[in-house]
Amino acid sequence: MRKDYNLEKRKYVIGGFIAIIVVIYLLRLFDLQVLDNRYKDDADSNAFLRKSIYPSRGVIYDRNGNVVVYNRPAYDIMVIPRDIQPFDTLDFCNTLGITRDQLIDRFAEMKDKSKNPGYSSYSPQTLITHLDAADYGRMQEKMYRFPGFYIQKRILREYNYHCGANILGNIREVSPEDIKRDPYYRRGDYTGDLGVEKSYENYLRGIKGEEILIRDALGQIHGHYEDGAHDKKAISGRNLKLGIDIELQEYAERLMTGKIGAVVAIEPATGEVLALVTSPTYDPAMLVGRDRGKNYKALRDNPHKPLLDRSIQGAYPPGSTFKPGQGLILLQEGIITLGTVFPCSRGYINSGLRVGCHGHASPIALKPALQTSCNAYFCWGLKAMLERKRQYGSTAKAFEVWKTHLVELGYGYKLGIDIPGESRGFLPNAKFYDKIYGEDKWSANSIISVSIGQGEIMATPLQICNLGATIANRGWFVTPHVVKEIEDTVLARQYVDKRTPNINRAHFESVAEGMRMAVTGGTCKLANLPDIEVCGKTGTAQNPHGRDHSVFMGFAPYHDPKIAVCVYVENAGFGATFGVPIGSLVIEKYLKGEISESRKYIEERMLHTSTIQTNASKRK
Amino acid sequence: MRQRENNLSVFSQVDWFTIALYVLLVIAGVFSIYAASYDFDNASLLDPDEFSGKQIRWIIFSIALSVVILLFDSHVFETYAIPIYLAILFVMLVTIFVAPDIKGSHSWLVIGPLRFQPAEFGKFATALALAKLFNSYNFKLNASPKNFGLALAIIFVPILLIIAQNETGSALSYLALFFVLYREGMSGMILLAALSAVTFFVVAVKYTETLLLGIPLGEAIVFMLIMALMVAIVAIYCRAIEVARNLLGWFAGTGMLVGLLSLCGIQVPGMVYFLTVILIACLYMTLHFLRLRNPRLLATIIACVVSIIFLFSVNYAFNSILKPHQRQRINVALGISDDPLAAGYNVNQSKIAIGSGGVFGKGFLNGTQTKLKYVPEQHTDFIYCTIGEEQGFVGASAVLFLFLILILRIMHLAERQPTAFGRVYGYCVASYLIFHLAINTGMVIGLCPVIGIPLPFFSYGGSSLWSFTILLFILLRLDAARKEHHSFR
Repeated sequence: MRKDYNLEKRKYVIGGFIAIIVVIYLLRLFDLQVLDNRYKDDADSNAFLRKSIYPSRGVIYDRNGNVVVYNRPAYDIMVIPRDIQPFDTLDFCNTLGITRDQLIDRFAEMKDKSKNPGYSSYSPQTLITHLDAADYGRMQEKMYRFPGFYIQKRILREYNYHCGANILGNIREVSPEDIKRDPYYRRGDYTGDLGVEKSYENYLRGIKGEEILIRDALGQIHGHYEDGAHDKKAISGRNLKLGIDIELQEYAERLMTGKIGAVVAIEPATGEVLALVTSPTYDPAMLVGRDRGKNYKALRDNPHKPLLDRSIQGAYPPGSTFKPGQGLILLQEGIITLGTVFPCSRGYINSGLRVGCHGHASPIALKPALQTSCNAYFCWGLKAMLERKRQYGSTAKAFEVWKTHLVELGYGYKLGIDIPGESRGFLPNAKFYDKIYGEDKWSANSIISVSIGQGEIMATPLQICNLGATIANRGWFVTPHVVKEIEDTVLARQYVDKRTPNINRAHFESVAEGMRMAVTGGTCKLANLPDIEVCGKTGTAQNPHGRDHSVFMGFAPYHDPKIAVCVYVENAGFGATFGVPIGSLVIEKYLKGEISESRKYIEERMLHTSTIQTNASKRK
Repeated sequence: MRQRENNLSVFSQVDWFTIALYVLLVIAGVFSIYAASYDFDNASLLDPDEFSGKQIRWIIFSIALSVVILLFDSHVFETYAIPIYLAILFVMLVTIFVAPDIKGSHSWLVIGPLRFQPAEFGKFATALALAKLFNSYNFKLNASPKNFGLALAIIFVPILLIIAQNETGSALSYLALFFVLYREGMSGMILLAALSAVTFFVVAVKYTETLLLGIPLGEAIVFMLIMALMVAIVAIYCRAIEVARNLLGWFAGTGMLVGLLSLCGIQVPGMVYFLTVILIACLYMTLHFLRLRNPRLLATIIACVVSIIFLFSVNYAFNSILKPHQRQRINVALGISDDPLAAGYNVNQSKIAIGSGGVFGKGFLNGTQTKLKYVPEQHTDFIYCTIGEEQGFVGASAVLFLFLILILRIMHLAERQPTAFGRVYGYCVASYLIFHLAINTGMVIGLCPVIGIPLPFFSYGGSSLWSFTILLFILLRLDAARKEHHSFR
């Protein structure tokens, strides 16, 4: 046998061929295993099922330690789409009490990337939310028949008192925007909406835990990864203690039934909000659970706007409740002294302008002017201030000084309450009038109505109440806030530090005395409680759109104030008709715990009078 | 007395290096199977009910088998090559009719507790028959078309029988024997043509998204490959260096011109450019063919034209002739379509498993993907995944190297055989290994279409292990007798 050496060379071709293939495969392996990290993530998401453990949300207490909001377990049906195997849809639907079409819709919704951007067939998705305990029980027994599905326990809110919806807020499922904003959230998580649930979300929600389970290709679980060494326990949310007196809140809401408006009560010494009522309102429990969407829509479409928190979002003319502030500014600026008198001939009459007033002695000094709520006094006062050119240089400059005092007293800007949505009200500046009248073309008389809290001035009931608290403190206030304590944390500085307007304490004392006189012998006589020295100021805010608003601002007791109150009832006429009685009842209830027999009739009248009807028909 | 001497000489003459490689691969295989089928709650490596335990039984049987083969007289294989071949063909034929339906294929023969695939044993039988043919007196492959036809018949009869059993993957592995034909004198052009066809097909089908000069990038690349091959063939095969140089200048010059023009914003239509340039090149070569009378130049021109026709028919074939599921498999293998949960599931999961292994792997029994059964057919066709995941790049490369060394060693053994029988048989063994290695690992790392053939010595299964054991040890037996052969002379 002769060997063909020419052909033998072909072994190099064959050897070279397999060697080149091995080299190509090595390069590929190098790319897959060393260069490309994507596969490691894929492997983890294959093999590890990350299951969230939801912490319990912080409980909310009122100032007296009553539990206001607590947790109730709810059950969601979760699904890992790729683990689904054909299942008995009829049985599934019957157990849950839904129709087949609803189930199909839910699946379609879940897979719709526009509604559920985090959709992945590998990760747990929320299919049906809020099973009640009965559905949960039935479903739990049958779960083994539905591979790919499991039940996730979640936390819903339960309310002991069906009031304070505007303060408490509620919780809702996170939206795609929430998820984009905060990576903590996953689809199906809950987040606070409105009220303290929203503003204290980061404290209340706690920190989610996670368990890492080993899952095989059939979706079966083989226990915890490395015996749970990488699992994270959930950390419960922090409890909140509100400054709110929940019983006072409930009582004030009842008093406001059938009326449109707001009641704000503040503890002057601390700035803690004792009650924050908006009316009409709703039961906070309405916005929890499966009917949330339906109820929310109904509330949103209600013409009386129950979702509008009038206590902090409603901007109203403060009317005569503005006058004590005026008195303070005029005294501080030296425009008046306690002895200064101005004439009132049933009104302020100057250069053909007339601002009406009611009958009382004339001329009149500051305290009696507060007592009788004299319009003319404060018109003259503001005119005197704005025209004092040698002190300020010009009307505009004088006006800016006036405005600065008001800003310090809390008007014109958000006070900074710790629940979302606060309105800043409106306080004009000199430029505002320059724009309307032209520079230097306006005078005190052009804008005289601002002196009595009318015209352009707008304030929230919270701002009005805060003035009451400032006068009660004789010269300072703490930013109003509804949360008194956060478990294991201190309150933010802004809710502890005093804010002191640049006005002398003595002036506050004088104004307080004027307000005391208004109760003992002036416009607020109905608030003259037998054993509590109430100070107050009525307001009858003119309303270009209908009947006047009835307003009351006050505090009590005179010498050791425990509560400052503002009542604002839309389209209810004189301040004395609704503002004073409601305000005095709130004060009495808070300080005494109950309403004295002699005043029960007032309570009855307030509880059973509705002003909404008249509102609808506007002015007769 | 002579018998005894012979036995002694077998164990002193046998190539222990190859046996060591074999043992290494088989042992690595058992551990991989154990890792691939390892469950969290059990079990022992030796548990006879587990895949690894069963594999160990088969390994023990393989050892017995290899000892028996080594004890045979070395002439037995040549003497009985044709009867063995015919007997196994007969078994394969019977199998088609008596085999139970397992996942659509009729390839398993069940005799009592034994189950085996005759197609696997057809491998060594075919190798023996082919070796016997080449060993016939004065046999030359290229001497007559009849010789070539006989060789083809030996290869294609088992292929057809296996296709009839619906085991296309196994059938394809017999095509590896074309390497043997090449080694024994078949024109390299046939091999080159086959490889070019596969390459052209893959490139033309894969790169259809981006455009170059207004035609799909894939087609443009194929045109350029054709031009490069023309230059290379004219230079090496036709030995017309001057012609090749002129062609190279022509292609490069016009290519640069077109490139410059397109930089200036003037786009030459790609189809027009390539066809014109190649047509002119062909005319030029025709002139030289008429002058030099070199028939290889004519062959080159024909090859060029055939290539271009092939290119045009690829799209038609791909879209109109192939069935959707075949198209899908090719698309997935080429990375064109990505359908991780359907056709591409196996490959995608195996890439994830291998890719997650990193440089050093997750460690023996620590692979999550393989443990949790994400990769289907894990202990059989996709066993390489387990190695990739648990032993990482280091382990996966080591396995490739071991196979490369084994193949080169077998080729070395084949080349040192004194007879054509031994040499051809040795190349058959090497060719099967090349094909199985390239296709199986290529499939697992996503470079080849999914063809269900095992990784030799690694994949779980008695038939495959015994088949490769027999293949290898017959060669070792022949090799051990090579000096004996000389002494007979």
